[in-house]
Amino acid sequence: MKARVTVTLKSGVLDPQGQAIQGSLKSLGFDGVGAVRQGKVFDLELGDADRSQAEANVRTMCEKLLANTVIENYTIEITP
Amino acid sequence: MKAAVVVFPGLNRDRDMIAALTKIGGEAPAVVWHKDAEIPKVDLIVIPGGFSYGDYLRVGAIAARSPVMDTIRDRAAHGVKVMGVCNGFQILSEAGLVPGVLMRNASLKFVCREVKLQIENASTPFTRGYKQGQIIRCPVAHHDGNYFADAETLARVEGQGQVAFRYADGTNPNGSINDIAGVFNEKKNVLGLMPHPENLIEAAHGGSDGRQLFSGLLNAA
Amino acid sequence: MTFNNHIAITPELVADHGLKLDEYQKIIQLIGRAPTYTELGIFSAMWNEHCSYKSSKKWLRTLPTTGERVIQGPGENAGVVDIGDGQAIVFKMESHNHPSYIEPYQGAATGVGGILRDVFTMGARPVAAMNALRFGAPEHEKTKHLVAGVVAGVGGYGNSFGVPTVGGEVEFDERYNGNILVNAFAAGLADTDKIFYSKAEGVGLPVVYLGAKTGRDGVGGATMASAEFGDDIEEKRPTVQVGDPFTEKRLLEACLELMATGAVIAIQDMGAAGLTCSAVEMGAKGDLGVELNLDMVPVREDAMTPYEMMLSESQERMLMVLHPEKEAEARAVFEKWELDFATVGKTTDDLRFRVMWKGEEVANLPIKELGDEAPEYDRPWTAPVPPKALAADDIPQMDVADALLRMLASPALSSRRWVYEQYDTLIQGNSLQRPGGDAGVIRVEGHATKALAFSSDVTPRYCEADAYEGGKQAVAECWRNLTATGADPLAATDNLNFGNPERPEIMGQFVHAVKGIGDACRALGFPIVSGNVSLYNETNGRGILPTPTIGGVGLIPDWSKMARIGFAGEDQAILLFGAPDWWGTHLGQSIYLREMFKRKDGTPPPVDLDHEKKVGDLVRILIRDGIATAVHDLSDGGLAVGVAEMAMASGIGATVNQLDGGDPIPLFFGEDQGRYLVTMTRENLEKFYAEIYPYAGVFAPWIGTTGGKTLKLGEARPVAVAELRKAHEGWFPEFMKGEITEV
Repeated sequence: MKARVTVTLKSGVLDPQGQAIQGSLKSLGFDGVGAVRQGKVFDLELGDADRSQAEANVRTMCEKLLANTVIENYTIEITP
Repeated sequence: MKAAVVVFPGLNRDRDMIAALTKIGGEAPAVVWHKDAEIPKVDLIVIPGGFSYGDYLRVGAIAARSPVMDTIRDRAAHGVKVMGVCNGFQILSEAGLVPGVLMRNASLKFVCREVKLQIENASTPFTRGYKQGQIIRCPVAHHDGNYFADAETLARVEGQGQVAFRYADGTNPNGSINDIAGVFNEKKNVLGLMPHPENLIEAAHGGSDGRQLFSGLLNAA
Repeated sequence: MTFNNHIAITPELVADHGLKLDEYQKIIQLIGRAPTYTELGIFSAMWNEHCSYKSSKKWLRTLPTTGERVIQGPGENAGVVDIGDGQAIVFKMESHNHPSYIEPYQGAATGVGGILRDVFTMGARPVAAMNALRFGAPEHEKTKHLVAGVVAGVGGYGNSFGVPTVGGEVEFDERYNGNILVNAFAAGLADTDKIFYSKAEGVGLPVVYLGAKTGRDGVGGATMASAEFGDDIEEKRPTVQVGDPFTEKRLLEACLELMATGAVIAIQDMGAAGLTCSAVEMGAKGDLGVELNLDMVPVREDAMTPYEMMLSESQERMLMVLHPEKEAEARAVFEKWELDFATVGKTTDDLRFRVMWKGEEVANLPIKELGDEAPEYDRPWTAPVPPKALAADDIPQMDVADALLRMLASPALSSRRWVYEQYDTLIQGNSLQRPGGDAGVIRVEGHATKALAFSSDVTPRYCEADAYEGGKQAVAECWRNLTATGADPLAATDNLNFGNPERPEIMGQFVHAVKGIGDACRALGFPIVSGNVSLYNETNGRGILPTPTIGGVGLIPDWSKMARIGFAGEDQAILLFGAPDWWGTHLGQSIYLREMFKRKDGTPPPVDLDHEKKVGDLVRILIRDGIATAVHDLSDGGLAVGVAEMAMASGIGATVNQLDGGDPIPLFFGEDQGRYLVTMTRENLEKFYAEIYPYAGVFAPWIGTTGGKTLKLGEARPVAVAELRKAHEGWFPEFMKGEITEV
């Protein structure tokens, strides 16, 4: 079983990285770009056989390590 | 010899570099803001250290795509010497002017300490102030100095004398492959290095091992 | 989203804003009606403990704040002290305790950002930073995570900004388990004729906003910093501020360029309670009113209410009053650095603070009273009861060499290399002494010989045992550390961290500590020129150790004669300046008792301020005359630890004698105050004893000699310097092993 975790900043939290990237895209001539917000993707290979168990485990991983839940949200995608 | 220091927003060792070039070369370098239309006619262009654009996206990535880099690439192709220190090295590598990439330190932490460097190729304009194989002291201060190149590139870099400096005596602070601390381009007129020779040039710094890099460069026109 | 500025102000709403009922009555009295919702927010920001110093003001007034060299004392963004040649050092220390506990990386980072802004707001380019960090017990489940995050945050911000971190403290104690302390210090250099202040002048002038856009960051943050933590702490999380050192660095360069154009009349950084505090302060100080138009404020989020805009603590923002005729020049500077700016208001002559939003006047308050009429409390306090002194024969025994090795490897005294190697300590190329010595030293760029020394000190366990003596000791140790480099201590900043002042015993600690600080500062000629008070540092009713951190600055006229802690050579004499007859005597509250025997009893070592000054002044002369070759003050761990640190710093060993007929434990581990280890060559030793000592009036016995590769303390077995280093360097990396600071 595999999991893909996407971590993004909560809306309203300042994203200096996104802002800098937005500015750079603009200077490269991509004028149509509005706000840019940066996130992270983790691909995990899991030993679990049970999908809901896997999802629960990954959720704990997110809470404990992968995401800083003070400022970040996360989503989990499980694929067999 | 005339020098220019190119400054991007977020660089912060520009003043250190300007001081070193001025104190050793006896003449203040031209300071070029990244948006200035022209770089004056100089023999040496230096990109100093810092955190251009906050190190956001990837270290050096945003500065490397700035228009001034096209000018620098053109000058380098015409034999002008170009040196990037720390963030300057990261920018040069993102711009493809020197081989390899700089990844996050193996410790995952910022590291500021003194290391030892071995001079791997003393027959270039940058290193001629040193002896081949000489070991010098030099400080480092970076978060992303872990040099990496794929096997093919690495073989080429090693085989063509493109390694300028290697961390010596077990002082590799960041996990760099083959202990590489600085590399040249193929023509050896472009140098990128992680350590900060500009911060070890006088008694106040507790040593002057970094001085010969500048004196070798600046005194030979 | 609709915003109703005229919702009914209920007692619950008042309480949610941290205002007491009588404080609310005072508001009504002051404005003659019930406040609007936005006005209530403004009052809560201005009248909370953090901004108004309502519990501490009465006592802070007793501190000495003036002196020959003091250009600006407390009350501005930072203190300003003359260092000669038309230059001044601008400095301050400030806490960011609560935010750092909630989100250690961002909390610490924005703490560093805030203090740097305080300094460059005044026209100074930051040249040095320090940070005093206090964490819970090493074995507490949160400690490692907090250490990793705070250290990475301090480094992440300071390193990117480009200021060398030259000193600081890291300490562990279970009393900080639920409430860590992050005290950030910054100092900058400015020309004395180009210092900028927050006092606005002139009516009808534009009030300009510069820097990052405003978001909902930290709405309610200053209120949080003044509230005790309870178990509902998770709910307070959305108020975390995120720092952007890249913007701060641009803001620094833009501000300094702008100041050079002569366009700036007044400037104030937006710190706690951002727009509110900065606008009110600029107006009130200049006896002017201010009118703000919130429709002009650059925002980064949709549908921000005036309440949120007025209380936002988004970082990297400045407010200034500009000369209108220089507006074009100013605009060019902002555009070069790609910073948001907008004219958001104007100064007025009616002494009102008016806030307009979408054509509505959402606040209209008397500006002077907002600050000046803030409630002030003379809180009841009870004098702390000092503990009983140790009995004279109460000397727990242990092998001296074993004790030294164990103490060097303890959380209290182990090397902080793991921490300071994550800070850029040499950027700017002026660092003469980096962390690990008595004080950080930087040379004054552009001057041939001058240098500045910085030190941050306090011994909270002493303060807990006796707040008055502890307050004195914090000042004395800071003064001593500066002196040990050869510097003239100039002035200090204080960062007073205490528990809940509404409890008389905590207020008593505060009062006594401030008295101790005041007495020491007066005796040593070391005025307090800036500072910050952080109260309510408690979790579930248990206060932290009282922690009045003192950050001091000293001036070295010629750095080529500066002293360092490492032994300078072999076969040099080691003298103990300021020693009592039995070299060391005082074990109460010592690291020896605490680390070796888990004992926290006894009185702390008293500080004799006259003696302190006499000894320090003598040591400074010996450094400047080139007689002293190495100097180290004695503090935690006493003589044994002091001499071991000198050996480790140099790789040179030493033999230290032991007096006959008494106990070596207090001699080697006592923490008697006002002592320095000084080395000198044999020739200078003779000269010193013949020509200087007879007139010095200070006891300075020759206690040992440098040399070899081992340290031998009296009758104890010799210990290799390499073994000392191994013990000293081992603990921290081992403790932090495997802790990830970021993913």
